[in-house]
Amino acid sequence: MWIATVAVIALIAGVVLAVAQRRLPPAESDVVEQVNELLPQTQCAQCGYPGCRPYAEAVVDGSAAINLCPPGGDETVQRLARLLGREPLPLAETAVEAVAVIDEAACIGCFHCRNACPVDAIIGAPQFMHTVIADECTGCELCVAPCPVDCITMRPTA
Amino acid sequence: MSAPTHDLGKMHGGLRLPAHKRDATAGPILDIPVPARLVVPLEQHVGTPARPVVNIGSRVLRGQLIAAPAGHTGVPVHAPSSGNVVAVEPRPVARRAGGAAPCIVIECDGEDEAVPVTRQANIEAMAPDELLSRIFDGGIVGLGGAVYPTAQKLMQGRASNVGCLILNGVECEPCISCDDVLMRERAAQTISGARVLMRALRVDTCQIAIESDKPEAVAQLQQALDDVADERIRVRQVPTIYPSGAEDQLVQLLTGTEVPSGGLPTDVGYLVQNVGTAAAVHDWIVEGEALISRVTTVTGDGVMTPVNVRARIGTPIADVITAAGGYRGEPRFLIMGGPMTGKSVSTDEVPLEKATNCILVLANLPSGGAEMPCIRCGDCAAVCPVQLLPQQLLWFARADDEQKLRAFGLLDCIECGCCDLVCPSHIPLTAGFRKAKGRMRELAAEKARADRARRRFEARNERLAREKQARDEELARQKQAARAAGPDAIAAILARKRGSSGDDSK
Repeated sequence: MWIATVAVIALIAGVVLAVAQRRLPPAESDVVEQVNELLPQTQCAQCGYPGCRPYAEAVVDGSAAINLCPPGGDETVQRLARLLGREPLPLAETAVEAVAVIDEAACIGCFHCRNACPVDAIIGAPQFMHTVIADECTGCELCVAPCPVDCITMRPTA
Repeated sequence: MSAPTHDLGKMHGGLRLPAHKRDATAGPILDIPVPARLVVPLEQHVGTPARPVVNIGSRVLRGQLIAAPAGHTGVPVHAPSSGNVVAVEPRPVARRAGGAAPCIVIECDGEDEAVPVTRQANIEAMAPDELLSRIFDGGIVGLGGAVYPTAQKLMQGRASNVGCLILNGVECEPCISCDDVLMRERAAQTISGARVLMRALRVDTCQIAIESDKPEAVAQLQQALDDVADERIRVRQVPTIYPSGAEDQLVQLLTGTEVPSGGLPTDVGYLVQNVGTAAAVHDWIVEGEALISRVTTVTGDGVMTPVNVRARIGTPIADVITAAGGYRGEPRFLIMGGPMTGKSVSTDEVPLEKATNCILVLANLPSGGAEMPCIRCGDCAAVCPVQLLPQQLLWFARADDEQKLRAFGLLDCIECGCCDLVCPSHIPLTAGFRKAKGRMRELAAEKARADRARRRFEARNERLAREKQARDEELARQKQAARAAGPDAIAAILARKRGSSGDDSK
């Protein structure tokens, strides 16, 4: 008898849990993960946050608008709006897809750009010429400002 | 004697289409003379384009290697005839729908002088591995139209322990008959190629599948088979239903086993090769001639005489058509491939490629009528050989809903065009699916790039944290060491410091 009772309780609990998992809103950390998935991962900080994940967290807790990601473009805004059930907004700033290019003749080997690159796409050593691994560059422009001799330019890819 | 057809599996959907093949199969294969100029594309296969190994001005001989394979799905390219290389530059090609791709242009000298060849009459003398690498060197690709590198496919087959080779002589698409005439005229070579493939693949069974509307080809192959008395090979007829010649559908028809979604026939133990590929393998291994020519069908109501021709790879389509009898009237539409899956091209300057199984010239495009809204009749789902729901997919494609498209199996669509043909509202479904697939690929590439950037970002953050921790530990260790040494040692250090830099004392 008691085996049957336990089995019935377990079955009911199982069904309730299964329904709950599908219907109830997911935990906030899951949503952050989902938002982060939609972001282009350029880590450019153009949104005002130090990377895509921090921006994702800010979007989810409501402190940031969903239209602050220039590299993601209108498409990302649309997808975020759909995911979060918010009104799609026009993009605050637009960006052109580009990669950083170092004028190697002018480079003085100061290492500042390498330290600024969020994805380690710049190789070189102090006092030696640096260069950008074009395939890994996300076009975030973070290396442009620190360069003391202004030898880094953004070259559009499209 | 022909093989029975009652022991076949079932294929979903499909259509019985008017064949339009009789005219072209009436006569023998016509040999097209070597043209004045050959335009040989570097990318005639699925994978990385080949890398040219000849310079402008260098003289090349027939069968000489002119471009070496690059990347792990590379295929070498050989000179189709002797002459001088006059250019290596982008030229219009059919693969890019008339867009340009790098080609080697050879000014032929008409002598057709060949490089010394190695013949190997006794394939039993060659080890399977040796055969594989030799097939790779011959520049051989799948001649059914998909042009997947044959050696790489065989290697995949060996890796997944394939038990049976299937030779595809079904050729189900209307208008195309190059495999049919090839099987009729070169049955012995096809069987020989099949035996080479079986040895390279290390399998003991082979089925040759032919559509039931090709009795001559069946008879010729059976005759050739009886001549060599090889009991491992069996000829089987399949019903004339389009698209029974599609790889996965053919496996299902012949064996009753369904190839899983996203999988390959090798996953269920079969490897499919086109009959033309088998003949090309024979030509290369036994006769020593690399893949420098192929049989192709020239047909349609826009040519004088529909005929099957054998032409060198790189022959401009205009030359092929002229040699085959010329255009009838003003040519309007030029299609490379069949009417269902072919690619429309805008110029007849494009060269014949390894992929070209048919050159279709039409005076008029059959127009179904204006597109109208979907009435949800479900005819498209009934004919879909992959058992997809085309009307459902179309909604998702229009809504750009990538997840739903994936869930409903868009990537399994073989773009056969059956749904287009039966749609009473004349909706161009296949075109929509092709576009949606391209978009999905784009999104996937973007996603892969984003994922890589994120991994690099995270790795960098970890590295920074590690470096900071190491620095902190080192500082703590120094502090600890100084403290352990006691006040005297600290005083001594301070004194030494004071001595070295005068104004630094505090």
